[in-house]
Amino acid sequence: MTKKNIICIECPQGCHITLDMEENKVMKISGNKCPKGEKYALSEIKNPTRVLATSVAAEGMPFKMLAVKTDKPIPKADLIRAMRKVKKIRVKKPVHVGEIIASNFMKPGVNLVVTREFFK
Amino acid sequence: MRERDLVIVGAGPAGMAAATAAHENGVKDILLLERDQYLGGILNQCIHTGFGHVYFKEILTGPEYAARVIEKVKSIKDIEISLRSFAVRLTGDKVLTYLKPGKMERVKAKALIMATGCRERTREMIHIAGTRPAGIFPAGLAQKLINIEGLIPGKEVVIVGSGDIGLIMARRFTFEGAKVKCVVEIEAKSKGLVRNIVQCIEDFGIPMYFKHKIAKIYGKHRVEAVDVVRVDDKFNEISGTKFEIKCDTILISVGLIPENELIEAAGCEMDRKTNSPVSKELNKTSIPGIFACGNSFKVYDVADSVSRDSAVAGRLAAEYLRGLQ
Repeated sequence: MTKKNIICIECPQGCHITLDMEENKVMKISGNKCPKGEKYALSEIKNPTRVLATSVAAEGMPFKMLAVKTDKPIPKADLIRAMRKVKKIRVKKPVHVGEIIASNFMKPGVNLVVTREFFK
Repeated sequence: MRERDLVIVGAGPAGMAAATAAHENGVKDILLLERDQYLGGILNQCIHTGFGHVYFKEILTGPEYAARVIEKVKSIKDIEISLRSFAVRLTGDKVLTYLKPGKMERVKAKALIMATGCRERTREMIHIAGTRPAGIFPAGLAQKLINIEGLIPGKEVVIVGSGDIGLIMARRFTFEGAKVKCVVEIEAKSKGLVRNIVQCIEDFGIPMYFKHKIAKIYGKHRVEAVDVVRVDDKFNEISGTKFEIKCDTILISVGLIPENELIEAAGCEMDRKTNSPVSKELNKTSIPGIFACGNSFKVYDVADSVSRDSAVAGRLAAEYLRGLQ
């Protein structure tokens, strides 16, 4: 029986979560103060994912940079490669919060969406 | 000179929450001043997630959180929004002077809420020895340069202090292709949220040196290197532990200072150590009818808490105005 310790990042609390493992199988999860922690812990040890939040350059717009994020988490190992893709994007027309500027970004079903509102 | 029921200085999350709460509590004449050219305050440059988990039960970025609050503020006709409006003088009898492009305005407020936020502690304030080359930025300034201006402040970064802004910027710089050499924290524990240690530092294998400080900065025109040294419990350098790190950029993330020069000049009693108003109750100052909320009242870690507490300021202002009638 081994114990894995992780810190949950789902909210500012940062619960210290302990996973009791028996030969790579999770037997027990403890330390989380809400169900999101349990979900996070399982995902983190199998296939850690992160939401990517960054900014893309604009052209011909009344702003220089547009804040964006992935609408779902992507594999943590893909973050730097995702950034190389982001840096190639140019926003050339008015967009609103929630609008998709790149679909199936890094993974099917994950979109890059606008997070800053300039036109309302 | 016009008299207004309620004047609010600052339209970041604090000022906006105070404005909507004041309105909900019956105030029908509200002037909301904002020095920038858009609403939202510091949220506009906080493009990372971590906002709204209490208020909206969602995980949002700063600008998304701001967009929701801004929509509410703009929908209330009794809130007059004045952008590019920089408050420069406040008197004890609540006369506020502010600058707009091409003019200077004076307004007499029956009640006033200051939501002016914080500025950052600088290298000079923490007395780091060495030369004064280009390339030393408070972490929040670096954040604004990258996220709003689209400029990369440097390529090899050392971060002083483990405050949240520095941790967030460790990740931001890494995303933009820079090399973050380390974070140097003088105390034994991190000052920022532990989630930021995980998602900004550990995720990228960035070294963190606790109980260390920058002994000296090198560089003539641009930062070239720093000396890092271990310190004891009294923060004195431990001899023999010094090592050099080559870098071209230093971020300073060692705390925020509430911007309260206006209420100080107006005669509010101030806490010299924190630059916050001396107060027996949330949001109140020593002058009845002058309130402070958000980071200008005390430094917050989480925007949702700012919104919650700043709504109280709006309610208090409404109560105060009713008492005047």
